[in-house]
Parts: sequence; C-alpha cells; structure tokens
Amino acid sequence: MAGDTLTSQEYIQHHLTNLAYGKHPDGTWGFAKSAQEIGEMGFWAIHVDTMFWSILLGFVFLGLFIVAARSATTGVPGTLQNLCEMAVEFVEENITQVFGSRPNAIIGPLSLTILVWVFLMNLMDLVPVDFIPQAAHLAGVPYFKVVSTTDPNATLGMAIGVFILVLYYNFKIKGPVKFAKGLVTHPVPKWFMYPFNFVLEIVDLIAKPLSHGLRLFGNLYAGEMIFILIALLPFYAQWLLSLPWAIFHILIICLQAFVFMILTIVYLTQAHETDEH
Amino acid sequence: MNINATMLGQLISFVLFVGVCMKYVWPLLTEALRERQQIITQGLENAAAAEKQLESANDAADIALEEAKKQAAELIGQARSRANQIVEEAKDQASDEATRIVQGAQSDIDQEINRAREELRARVSDLAVEGAEKILESSVDRNVHQGMLNNLAAQL
Repeated sequence: MAGDTLTSQEYIQHHLTNLAYGKHPDGTWGFAKSAQEIGEMGFWAIHVDTMFWSILLGFVFLGLFIVAARSATTGVPGTLQNLCEMAVEFVEENITQVFGSRPNAIIGPLSLTILVWVFLMNLMDLVPVDFIPQAAHLAGVPYFKVVSTTDPNATLGMAIGVFILVLYYNFKIKGPVKFAKGLVTHPVPKWFMYPFNFVLEIVDLIAKPLSHGLRLFGNLYAGEMIFILIALLPFYAQWLLSLPWAIFHILIICLQAFVFMILTIVYLTQAHETDEH
Repeated sequence: MNINATMLGQLISFVLFVGVCMKYVWPLLTEALRERQQIITQGLENAAAAEKQLESANDAADIALEEAKKQAAELIGQARSRANQIVEEAKDQASDEATRIVQGAQSDIDQEINRAREELRARVSDLAVEGAEKILESSVDRNVHQGMLNNLAAQL
C-alpha cells in the first residue's frame, strides 16, 4: 500500500533499503537515513535488520534443536524430536548420496544449520511485506527489512564460510602442491597452456562462492520484489495475486534452502576428491 | 544493496551457529537415531525369532496333544476292561458267597434236626415207659427193659 506521501517508486525503494548503522562521511556514527547514505558509509557499516533477523532465527533454530537433542529419547519420539530427526535424517541422506560415507564431523552439522537457518530466514518472506516494517516505522525505525536472505551480505557471508572450508579441505586432503597443480593442469594438461588453465580455474574457483551466495539472494530478492509490487495494488485486489504467489513461494523457500545446502555438500565433496577427472 | 561489514557479521554468526549445532545438536540427534535404529533392528530380529519359536512350540503342542489323546484312549480301554473284570469278579464272589450262605443255612438246619432228634432220642425211652405204664397200668422197671428202650431210641 502506497502511503499518501510516498510514490510507488519511493515505496519500493523504502522496502528494499536496509537499516544500516555506520560512520557518516562527516565523521559521526549513526543510522543511515537513506539508501544513498548507506552507500556513503562504505564497507564499515552494518545492516542491523539483517543481523537482527538472522541471529534471532539462528537462535530459534538452535533453541528448537537443542531442546529436541537434550530430551532425545531412543524410544518413541515426541513431535518436536520427530520434526528435528526428520531434518537430520534428510540432511544425512543427502550427504550419504553426494559426499559418501567419508568420516567428516563438520559436514553434517554444517548442512543442517544451512538447511534450517536459511529456511527460517526465507520463511520470513511469507510475512506480509508491510506488517513488520510498518510496525517498526511506528516505533521510529526508518527501515526494517525482514528477510535476511534478500541481503547479499547475508548470503555471501555464508557462501564465504563454505568457501573457506572448501579451501581448507583442498589444502588438507590434496595438499598445497596437488591443489596448485590442479589449478594449472586443468582443463588442458599441456605445459604451455598452464597460464590459461590457471585463469580458468581461478575464475571457476571464485565463481563458486559467488554464484552460491547470489543464487539464494537473487531468488529471494525477486520473490520479495514481487510481493512488494503486489502490495502496490488496491488492498481489496491484492489477495488475487499475493495468495497464489505466496503458495508458489513456499516451494521457492524450501527449494532454495535445499539448493544452498546441497551445493555446500557438492563443493565440499569436490574439495575431497583427489582423483583426476 | 551495499556490500559491507554485514557480510563479516553474517560469516561470524554462521560459524558460531554451525559450531553450536556441531557440539550440542548433531551428535545427540544422530546418536538417538542410531540407537533407535539398533533397537528397532533388534526388535524385528526378536520378533522373527519369537515367531519361529511359537511355530515350533505349536508343533510340539500338537504332538503332545496327539500323544495325550492316544494315552487317554488307551487308559479308557484299560479302565473299561478292568471294570468288566471287576464286575465278573464281583459276580463270582457273590455267587460263591450265596452258595456259602446256603450251605451254612443247610448245615444249621441239619444241626437243628440232629439236635431235635437227639432230644427226642433222649426222651423217647421216657415216653415209651410212660406209654407202656399207661397201657399196662403198672410200673415198668426201666432197668429191666433198658436194652429194648435203647433199641427203640436207636431206630429214631
């Protein structure tokens, strides 16, 4: 719903702006009053809304699962334990299919955290677009984006975390020499093609975390954008579009959480594979 | 859409969440799952074994029942023949007893007869002397006719 004082463009702009805290160009610290001010803050600014929602939902995830894990019984499980066990089993199944049965303590909890955390962050997309920002506005907060995964910082932050693990396992499993050798001998194993191979492989390597993070961001951003556009319609007509889109979006929410997790597993599997292909 | 320190914040919280999940969630839940799997496997195995045991127990019960029926039939047969035997024996005993009773009675009767006869015999001489005295209207000397009186008594 466009307010009286907002044009459609301003309304959309408002919904796509994060609540950022950082150093203004004049040297004072504070919240950015516009999208332009966020840009002027440079790298050392933080999106308070993104952090707030992601950490809150992270605690929701950990809270639920820790309660379930603490009271986990080997007998007949309760509803919460059942739900959590389903998630764990689903993750384990996917790991077994892609990663195999190599012993690895981190890939399980990593994949579970990604699946549930990303799912919860995506889920916030189903909260009607004006509810929380409007409430925040009344409380005096100028911007308040609810869906953390529509902020590329959030998705790229996670993708970088996975990328660091990929590099770690490349070094640990293959060793620096074999890893470096792999970078220059693929895809054309001729010595004079090594520089060319290296450029390709580096692009390939860098593209992985980038596409990993941006894929999730792009899907959720687009979905959010459509909800915002639907919200520009008169209130009595909105449900005609927002209901089907929300139902379809349930699929996207689950699918993107799953895709982010499965790509993590795939990248880690590639980092573990030592044989030539 | 600005790239800024939020990315680092996200990275840090991501690492922390994974760490907590790794320590407090994943091992407990997977452990519970493994254990339950084991329990269920064990349970299924036990059930299969129990079923087999039940089958063999049923077979054994059938055999035992058959045996018992056979024994019972045998016992009934034996009992019947023994009963017949007892009845026969009782009949024999009863007829023996009857014969014995009849014989006893007979000997009693004989004794009575003999006793009556002896009494009669003892008194016959007196009666004879009395009779003769009446006829002769004189006394008869018992000692004189003792020989004749004894003769008369012996004829009785």
